[in-house]
Amino acid sequence: MLSFDGLVAVCVLYVLILFAVAFIAEKRAAEGKARWLNSPITYTLSLSIYTTAWTFYGAVGSAVRNGLEFLTIYLGPTLVFIGWFWLLRKMVRIGRAQRITSIADMISSRYGKSGGVAALVTLLSVIGATPYIALQLQSVTLSFSVFADGGALGAPDADQTAIWVAAGLALFTIVFGTRSLDVNERHPGLVSAIALEAIVKLAAILAVGVFVVWGVADGPADMLARIEVSPINNTAWNGARWLGLTVLAGAAILCLPRMFQVLVVENTDERHLATAGWAFPLYLLLISLFVVPIAVIGLEMFGSDANPDLFVLTVPLGLGQDGLALLVFLGGFSAATSMVIVAALALSTMLSNHIIVPFWLRLTRHDDPMSGDMRRVALTARRLSIAGVLFLGYGYYRLSGGADALADIGLIAFLGVAQILPALLGGILWRGATRVGAALGIGAGFLIWLWLLLIPNIAETGGMMPAILSDGPFGLTWLSPATPLGLQATDPLLTAMVLSLGVNTLLFILGSLMSFPSPLERLQGAQFVNVYDHSQPLYGWQGATGAADDLLVMAQRILGAGRAGRLFETAAEAQGRTGGVPEPTPDFLERLERELAGSVGAATAHAMVAQIVGGASVSVRDLLAVADETAQIMEYSIQLETKSEELAQAAARLQEANAKLTALSRQKDAFLSQISHELRTPMTSIRAFSELLMQDEGIDDAARARFSRIIHDETLRLTRLLDDLLDLSVLEHGRVTLHEGETALSDVLERAVRIAGAQDGEGRLKIIRDHDSEAVTLWTDADRLTQVFINLISNAQKYCDAAHPEMVVSVRQMPGRIQVDFADNGSGIPTRQQALIFEKFARADTARGAPGAGLGLAISREIMIRLGGGLSYVPSEQGTRFRVRLPLRVRRAA
Amino acid sequence: MGGRILLIEDEGNIREAIGFILSRAGWEVQGHGNGATAIEAVTRTKPDMVILDIMLPGLSGFEILRALRDGAETAQLPVLMLTAKGQARDQEAAFEMGADAYLTKPFSNADLLATVARLAQARATGDRA
Repeated sequence: MLSFDGLVAVCVLYVLILFAVAFIAEKRAAEGKARWLNSPITYTLSLSIYTTAWTFYGAVGSAVRNGLEFLTIYLGPTLVFIGWFWLLRKMVRIGRAQRITSIADMISSRYGKSGGVAALVTLLSVIGATPYIALQLQSVTLSFSVFADGGALGAPDADQTAIWVAAGLALFTIVFGTRSLDVNERHPGLVSAIALEAIVKLAAILAVGVFVVWGVADGPADMLARIEVSPINNTAWNGARWLGLTVLAGAAILCLPRMFQVLVVENTDERHLATAGWAFPLYLLLISLFVVPIAVIGLEMFGSDANPDLFVLTVPLGLGQDGLALLVFLGGFSAATSMVIVAALALSTMLSNHIIVPFWLRLTRHDDPMSGDMRRVALTARRLSIAGVLFLGYGYYRLSGGADALADIGLIAFLGVAQILPALLGGILWRGATRVGAALGIGAGFLIWLWLLLIPNIAETGGMMPAILSDGPFGLTWLSPATPLGLQATDPLLTAMVLSLGVNTLLFILGSLMSFPSPLERLQGAQFVNVYDHSQPLYGWQGATGAADDLLVMAQRILGAGRAGRLFETAAEAQGRTGGVPEPTPDFLERLERELAGSVGAATAHAMVAQIVGGASVSVRDLLAVADETAQIMEYSIQLETKSEELAQAAARLQEANAKLTALSRQKDAFLSQISHELRTPMTSIRAFSELLMQDEGIDDAARARFSRIIHDETLRLTRLLDDLLDLSVLEHGRVTLHEGETALSDVLERAVRIAGAQDGEGRLKIIRDHDSEAVTLWTDADRLTQVFINLISNAQKYCDAAHPEMVVSVRQMPGRIQVDFADNGSGIPTRQQALIFEKFARADTARGAPGAGLGLAISREIMIRLGGGLSYVPSEQGTRFRVRLPLRVRRAA
Repeated sequence: MGGRILLIEDEGNIREAIGFILSRAGWEVQGHGNGATAIEAVTRTKPDMVILDIMLPGLSGFEILRALRDGAETAQLPVLMLTAKGQARDQEAAFEMGADAYLTKPFSNADLLATVARLAQARATGDRA
C-alpha cells in the first residue's frame, strides 16, 4: 500500500504532467501546428467531463443500492446524442455564428441580449454547481483517505486535502483558462489535459472491470452467474423514476454550463460533432460496462455494510492490486478535476461576463467594453470568479462535513440546470419565445427547485430541519417541501422535477404568448431558429490557410499596404514562417484586431476578423456595436460639419459686415470728396478775388465793387452749403423738431414763390397757379414745407432750359391726402439720371454753374418723409414734374 | 510771354477770376463752361495752352485730357489741370494721363501765374515739363 506522502507525490506528478500537456498544447495551438487538437477524438474525449467522480465512483454505489438505475445517467445523454443530434448540431452552429461564450450567453443572446436573464441563468448555474464541486472535492478526499487509512472513512487530513485540491485546481484553471480573452474563447491546453484525463478515467475503470471479470471471476460466463445470484438482481424496477432520470440526464447534457463549454464553446469543427454522435455514447457504454460486475464482486467481498461508492477503489486494494488501485485513484482524480476545471472555467466566464463586468461598467461608466483596460478587468474578473467558485465548493464541502447527503446532490444539480431547458429549446425552435417567457419560466422553476430540493438538502446536510421546511411557511403545509401541494412526495426528486419543469414550461409558453418581443429579440429569434440560413459551417480555423490572405487584403485596405505588410511580416517571422504570411493563430488575430480597432473601432474590427477567420456570421449584437460606433463617428462628423458650417456662416457674416463697412467707408470718402469740392469751389473764387483786391494794382472801382460782390455771394454760398449739410445730417440721423400748425397751402406757396424770387415779372421763370385749388388748410410745419417748395422752384429756375421757362403748380385733393405737382416746360431730366437726383450732391449735367451743392432734393425728400408725405419725380413726356404728397391729417374748416 | 489760353471751367466766378488775372499778365483767355463741347472748342480755337477743371458737367476733365492726348494736333498741347478734390490720387491720375501741371483749388494767384509761365516757357523751348 502506498503511503499518503507517496500518494501526494503521485498526484503532484500527475498534475505536473497535465500542466505539461496543457502547456505544450497551448504552444502548438498558438503556432497553428496542433493538428491532433483539431481531431474529433479529442473533442469526444473532452465531452467525457460529463462522467465526474460522482459517476466514476458513484455508479457502482448506485448499482448496489438501486440496481440498473445508474444507467439512466448514461441513457439520457446517449439518447440526446443519437436521437437529438440535430439539436446539438444546431446549438453548435448557433454558438459559432453568434460567438456564444456560455449557456447564459446563449440564453441572453437569444432573448435580446437580456442582462437580467443572463444573470439569472448564471446565478442558477453557480448555485447548482457549487454542491456538485463540493461533491468532487469530497470524492477526492475520500479516495485519499481510503489509501491513507486502508479503507476507513474520515482521513485526518481530509479538510487540508480538500483545500489543497481546490487551490491546485483553481491555479490550473486560471493558468490555462484565462491566459487571454481569445477571439473564440477556446482553451486548447485545457481541452488537451481533459482529453488525457478522459483516457486515464476510462482506462482505470476498464482495467478494474477486466480484472474483476477475468481476475476475480472466471470470465464473462461466471460473472453472469454471479450477477444472477447477487442481491443487486432483486432491486425493484421503478419505471417513473427511470423515465424521470433519463430525461433529467438528457437535459443536463444540454444545459450544464461545463457541458456547454466543451460541446459548443470549445468546438473547433462542426464535423467533430458527427464523430462524437457515436463515439461519446460508446465512451459512456464502455465506462458503464463493468459497473455491475464491480458492484457484484464488491458486495461479495465487503458485504452491504461497506461504502459501495468506493468499491471501484476498495476491490483492487482489497485484493492487493496496489498498482491497479493507484490507476483507479488517478481515474477518480481525473474525473473530479476535469469536471471542476471546466465547471470553474464556464462559471467564471458567466460570472465575469454577465455579473461582474456589467456591474463594473455601470460602476465606472466605461463605454468601451473592448478596450485594453476592459480586457484586463474582464481577465481579473474571471480569475477571481474561478477562485470564488472553487472557494464556494470548498465551503459547501466543509459545511456538509462530507455527509452522505452529498450523494444526492448530483441529481439535484441536474434538475437545477435543467430549468434552462425550456427556454433553451424554445429559443432554438420557436421564434415566438420571448424574454418575458424565458425569465418567468426560469425564475419560477428555479424558485420551486430551490424550495423543494436544494434548501431541504442543504438543511439536511447541515443536520437540521427547521419547522418552516417540515410544516411549510406560515403553517401552510401545502407549501412544505415535504408535502408540496399536499402531495405525499414518495420521491421528492421526481415530484420537484415534475412541478418545477412543468410550471417552468407553462410560464415560459404563456409568458411568451402574452408578451411582445423587442426588435432585437425578434431578430435574434430568427437568427437562432433559422441559423442554417444565415451561417456557414465551421471546419476549424487551423486548416483555413486562405484566411490569412483574406486577412492581409482586409488589413491592407484598412491600415494601408505598408503598415499591414510590416505587421504580417513581423508575425510570420515570429512564427518562423517564410513568405510573410503568418498562421492566423489566436495571438496574431488578437494583435491584428487591436491594430484594426485603432482605425475602425473595436466592435467593427472584431466583427471583421471573426467574419474571415471564424466563418461566423456577424451577429446582430456585433452589427449593433458596429452601428453604435458608426453612429458615434457620424455624430462626431455631423458636429464637425455643424461647426464648420457655423464658422462659414460667421465668416460670411464678417465678410458681409466688412463689405458694408467698406461700402460705408467708400460712401464716406465720396461724400468727403464731394464736400471738399463743394467747399473749395467758392473758396477758389473768394481767394482769387480777394488776392486781386489786396494787391490793388490798377483795378478800377467798378471791378473792385464787382469782385467784392462775388466774394460776398460766394461766402453766402458757403454758408448755405454748410447749413444744408447740417440740415440734412439732422434730418437723416437726428431728432427733428417739427413746428406743426394750421396753415393754408396757398400761403405756403405764396411765400415760397416770393422768396425764390419768382413772382410775376421777377426773373425769367413764370409760375402759373390755380388759386382756387390751393384753398386747402393743412396741419403741418409751414417753414419746412416752404423750404421744399422753394427748392423745387429754384431748381426750375436753374435747370429749365425752355426759351420761356414756365412752371405749372397744380393741386389735387384725394381722400386723406393732397398732392401738389410742380411741372416745368423744359427738356426734363434724362432717364439715366432720374434715379440719382435724390442722392446727395447729385446735380444735373445741365447745371450751368448752378450755385446749389446738390443737396436740395435730398433735403426736400427727407423733409417730406418727416412731414408724413413724400416727394417723387414723375416721368412725363415733357418737362420736369415733381410731385409733393401731403397727408390731410387734421382738417379744420377755414 | 503771351498767347491764347482756353479755360475750361464750369464755375463762372472762377472763370472770371482766372480770366482777369491772366489777361493782366498778357494772355488772351477764352472761357468755356461745358465739358461736353470742350474738345470741339479746343480744336476750333487752337489755343496755346489749356486750363482744365476736372469736375465738369457733361464730360470730366480726365476724359477731355485723354481725348486731347489722343488727338494728333493736341497731343503736345500744354494742359494745366485744376481740381477742387485735392487728393493725391487725382494728381497722380492727372500726371499719368499726360497733364503738364496741376493746381488744387483754391490756389494763389501767384502760383497760377508762375505755373502758366513755366508751361509757356517749356513750350517755347520745346521741352515739356
